Amino acid sequence: MTIKFHLSDDLLLGYSAGSLDEASSLLVASHLALCPHCRARNSSLDSLGGYMLDALPEASVPTVMMSSVLARIRCESEVASPVTRSPSVANFLIPEPLRSYVGGDVEDLNWIRMAPRVHQIQINTPNSRSQARLLRFQSGTSVPAHGHRGRELTLVLTGSLCDRDAILYRGDIAETDERTEHQPHAGPDEDCICLAVTDAPLRFKSMFARLLQPLFGI
Amino acid sequence: MVALEELRGEENAVAASLADCIARISVSKDEASFEVLFRYFAPRLKSYFMRLGADASAAEEVTQEAMVQVWRNAGQFDQSKASASTWIFTIARNLSIDAFRRTRRPSFDPSDPAFIPDGEMLPDVQLERAETEQRVRLVMNSLSPNEKSVLMLSFYENFSHGEIAERLGIPLGTVKSRIRLAFARIRAALDTRQGEQQ
Repeated sequence: MTIKFHLSDDLLLGYSAGSLDEASSLLVASHLALCPHCRARNSSLDSLGGYMLDALPEASVPTVMMSSVLARIRCESEVASPVTRSPSVANFLIPEPLRSYVGGDVEDLNWIRMAPRVHQIQINTPNSRSQARLLRFQSGTSVPAHGHRGRELTLVLTGSLCDRDAILYRGDIAETDERTEHQPHAGPDEDCICLAVTDAPLRFKSMFARLLQPLFGI
Repeated sequence: MVALEELRGEENAVAASLADCIARISVSKDEASFEVLFRYFAPRLKSYFMRLGADASAAEEVTQEAMVQVWRNAGQFDQSKASASTWIFTIARNLSIDAFRRTRRPSFDPSDPAFIPDGEMLPDVQLERAETEQRVRLVMNSLSPNEKSVLMLSFYENFSHGEIAERLGIPLGTVKSRIRLAFARIRAALDTRQGEQQ
């Protein structure tokens, strides 16, 4: 399946410059694992970084610095042999780096029930402005209608997610901001699992969902 | 095309010799090559770290660390994928996140079974990849100083668009449109290349 919805320039620029917070970087990196097209864009932005490093004015560096670095590298022992991994035949649904963050693939996880037919795993990213979570919607389930106080990023990993006029599949990205009010729902065929990163709490339209909000920390 | 050829002259001679230095470190632990790299990159790295908000002594400390990593990881440098400057930029960026922001920047793992590889790399596609960097540099050289400064501030100094507007004394909309324009040009340059390949 070809990915149709890609990362925005802004997100890729932030990732390449190193200014993106950890939770958003996790989403970007997980999309890059699935998307050769965005990996090529990412390489171009890294070259922009190289260009700018060349263009920077040279700061004065104490002359002793080179000798102290030379002394350090002479002490370096031979390069450690790379860690060999046992080849895996597993067909993972969750790509790295996300799989390590959540502690396993879809069926290994302790999903927490969040609402009827909706489960989640909160992902710990200390010092991050945003919160990342893995969400699992049973097929056909609607997310309560909500708006946003900030940006919400979604990466679909399994099934499909119908959001406004688009249908998103594995690898696709949805990016919404404070102007968006939407009510995405999972496609009919299988559970939809997605990574969602929000940089401010959601604003739910219904009183019921608003009351639940503090309990689930979304 | 003429401009590209001209650019290849001087800048490429420097870039190629820097890349050769990394290769020699990888093959024979050549200290003279390391000294060449150090003289070129250490002053620029210090400048980069200071722009990210480090004071002079912290910037020097991280610069040393970056140069040690250049030595240690020289074997991972692949000239067909990136220039010396680009590769060293990524080392410096990753160190800065660790050192100054005390957070992490997760990255993908090409050896993960779930990773989707690039697919068949035809020889001319590989060539194109090596030239992508040239194209980006050419576009950057063609931007006006105003356009370049906006891109530099957002890229290098972690300024938000609003902060850039304030610092340069221009409207926020102008900042956004300059960034959009710069990106459109970079994208157009890369697409032209792909068009020629097909």
